[in-house]
Amino acid sequence: MQVFQNLLSKIKPHFEEGGKLEKFYYGYDAIETFLFVPGHSTHKGEAHIKDGIDLKRTMFTVVIAMIPCLLFGMWNVGHQYYLAAGEFTALGDGFVEKMIHGAIKVLPIVIVSYGVGLNIEFAFAIFRKHPVNEGFLVTGMLIPLVMPPTVPLWMVGLATAFAVLIGKEAFGGTGMNILNVALTARVFIFFAYPTYISGDTVWIADGVTGATPLGVGYLDGLAGLQANPNYTIENMVLGFIPGSIGETSLIAIGLGALILIATGIGSWKIMLSVLAGAFATATTLFLFDITPFAGVPPYYHIFMGSMLFAAVFMATDPVTATQTEMGKWIYGFLIGVFGIIIRVLNPAYPEGWMLAILLMNVFAPTIDHMIIQSNIKRRMSRALK
Amino acid sequence: MNNGVFKLKKGYDIKLLGKAESTYLDVKQPNLFALKPTDVIGIAPIPKLKVAQGDEVRAGQPLFFDKPTPEILYTAPVSGELVEVRRGGKRSIAEVVILADSEMNYHEYSPINPDTASKEDIVQRLLESGAWALMRQRPYNTAPRPESTPRDIFISCFDTAPLAPDHNMLIEGKEALFQAGLNVLSKLTTGSVHLGVSPDSADVFTKAAGVKVHAFAGKHPAGNVGVHIHHVAPLNKNEVIWTLKPQDVAIIGKLFTENIFDAERTVAVTGDKLKQTGYFKTRVGASIKPLVEGNLVDEHVRFISGNALTGTQIGSEGFIGLYEDQLTVIEEGDKQEFLGWLLPSYARPSMSRTFLSFLLPDREYSVNTNNHGEERAYVVTGQYERVVPMDIYPQHLIRSIMYQDFDQMEGLGIYEVVEEDLALCEFVCTSKQPVQKILREGLDIMRIEG
Repeated sequence: MQVFQNLLSKIKPHFEEGGKLEKFYYGYDAIETFLFVPGHSTHKGEAHIKDGIDLKRTMFTVVIAMIPCLLFGMWNVGHQYYLAAGEFTALGDGFVEKMIHGAIKVLPIVIVSYGVGLNIEFAFAIFRKHPVNEGFLVTGMLIPLVMPPTVPLWMVGLATAFAVLIGKEAFGGTGMNILNVALTARVFIFFAYPTYISGDTVWIADGVTGATPLGVGYLDGLAGLQANPNYTIENMVLGFIPGSIGETSLIAIGLGALILIATGIGSWKIMLSVLAGAFATATTLFLFDITPFAGVPPYYHIFMGSMLFAAVFMATDPVTATQTEMGKWIYGFLIGVFGIIIRVLNPAYPEGWMLAILLMNVFAPTIDHMIIQSNIKRRMSRALK
Repeated sequence: MNNGVFKLKKGYDIKLLGKAESTYLDVKQPNLFALKPTDVIGIAPIPKLKVAQGDEVRAGQPLFFDKPTPEILYTAPVSGELVEVRRGGKRSIAEVVILADSEMNYHEYSPINPDTASKEDIVQRLLESGAWALMRQRPYNTAPRPESTPRDIFISCFDTAPLAPDHNMLIEGKEALFQAGLNVLSKLTTGSVHLGVSPDSADVFTKAAGVKVHAFAGKHPAGNVGVHIHHVAPLNKNEVIWTLKPQDVAIIGKLFTENIFDAERTVAVTGDKLKQTGYFKTRVGASIKPLVEGNLVDEHVRFISGNALTGTQIGSEGFIGLYEDQLTVIEEGDKQEFLGWLLPSYARPSMSRTFLSFLLPDREYSVNTNNHGEERAYVVTGQYERVVPMDIYPQHLIRSIMYQDFDQMEGLGIYEVVEEDLALCEFVCTSKQPVQKILREGLDIMRIEG
């Protein structure tokens, strides 16, 4: 700790006004404030005492909530690989091998995502002369978790750069963006390089085919799912199925959700209402039998695909969600409705959550506006009484 | 409302060590008292002085007034010699300092019977004696306009702010004067005088005569008068409400029963950096010197006139503000902390549940003035709403001030709040936004241009 302090105080003069690295002050500032919470007292004219929470701690809590998904994802990438290869087919076998294989696949994606994103964040902070915001700590981890394990690294880099530049910085940076940044990265690949992120060849390993339960259910219905011994409801809950890196295990996602709800960082209202909207829509479609998922009971929709991951980590992004508490219920419910509609009724897209959330991101300000207007009207009518 | 009690669910109690003990401190009265024009919102930085350095003044004698409203006189809280007019930046007047006599010498007013006197005579007496300046009006929290008639008058009889004084203690010995003051005030409004009380309030408040008493229960800011107004009879555009504190009601009571302006003020002496906390009977604008001299646990502290959320920082020989009844002394938090955002090195109050201490809701904290992070753009939502027990969207209101949308500010209820009502938003804010400052900018815009 003293070492860091000495080092920082040694290099600080170069970054301060008049120093030769003056331009890079905010790069230095980000590192200094990362290591040491500054000794700033509360400013004149403000409350003298402040809550211990800050944006760094908030963002880091979300990152911690994603760690179970990341670790499980690494193992599962290895597990699916060895399953396809016919080795270590029992769950307990080859834990170390599976983790190593998964790590080799997953960690480079994480590193590329953080590397590209943070470089752009620092560059913008220095260029625009503002402190580096911590938002990318979360985005940088979300992007790998929604990628298939076989995605090429250059594509991750390109998508991250696109998402940060067009999805966030173009709107004014952290807190100003309309669209969820991590989903912008995914949607970029989805439309620019569709064969790398959908279909049945991308989920396990290069060259190995294997459709996800969602794909099987869509084409062959319940019978298709039952024909595959790996696609039992237990495996779907536990996550021993192919899919994007972080999305398969409901247990791991549930742990993350627990952390987010317990700390109050993630909105339980949004999570719950997404589930409610999805379940209601799936049930309606099932009852009227207007679904290609022949005979697949509605609750399967909760366990298949990326719905829970989307509900817990994507829909709850506070910047792009609705800001009013009432709005959060509406916003979440409509995500659930549209997600299932896109998944079930739209033959072009196998999965709906990415698009449903981005759609509702766009409508979130409208929902808030209506709620705010009703508050304003209430106040006006009170005055006229 | 349930059984006649407004039960407020939203809010947050910041529990700190250093609450005032229920005893009176045995220290001598300060020599110096001061009136600070900066305490009054909206008056010019250089008010017109009516006395000069070296003059002898009596308690209740005018010291200065604001040029646009010469009727409102700011008068001496004690008698003595005006020893100094301390200046701030650009020659503004920061403090008008009086060296107090050992024996009070009051300016005497002709007797007036509030029961028979006209409203104009009562107003005139309040204005000339300086008691008027103890009242504030909503919207804006400025001194009431001399020609205005309030729709109602609201008095909060309990305080829920950090280390807040117990108003039962503050009013002790002044019960009859309090009731006399209420009788005067009820002549001034077309509506009623409303008292906001807590379940713990003493009979002097709950059984006050000629007023409407409303009980409130809940966490801070349940004791704020703005919250009471919002729930009892919300303030609409073009309406005016007056507010004042119970002790100042007693000052008005004395003005009309004994015909003197006796600015008695009991203050709570609080904070965990003091060896001895308690209550101290003195007068408005008292120097804190005798309260803190030899009474500090260590020297690296901040002195606050008022509470830790809304008070004003003063020096070790500074003065308690015109509207304040509390001194808070806490540690200055200017130390940096290694990875403090991740692994806090000491316990700190937080409304968020990211600190394990949320499992100990009754724990009292030793607190310092560290900002615990830097200012950031808004990311988190729903935080402000949880600490404002009103039908108001605080974050949207603050944003509407940031982009100066007048209609939106008005529609979202800017007239119903002042800094203290949103002070907790500033405390809990993850993005460390200066909420009180932004709100005041908005209020100033509305007041000056509206």
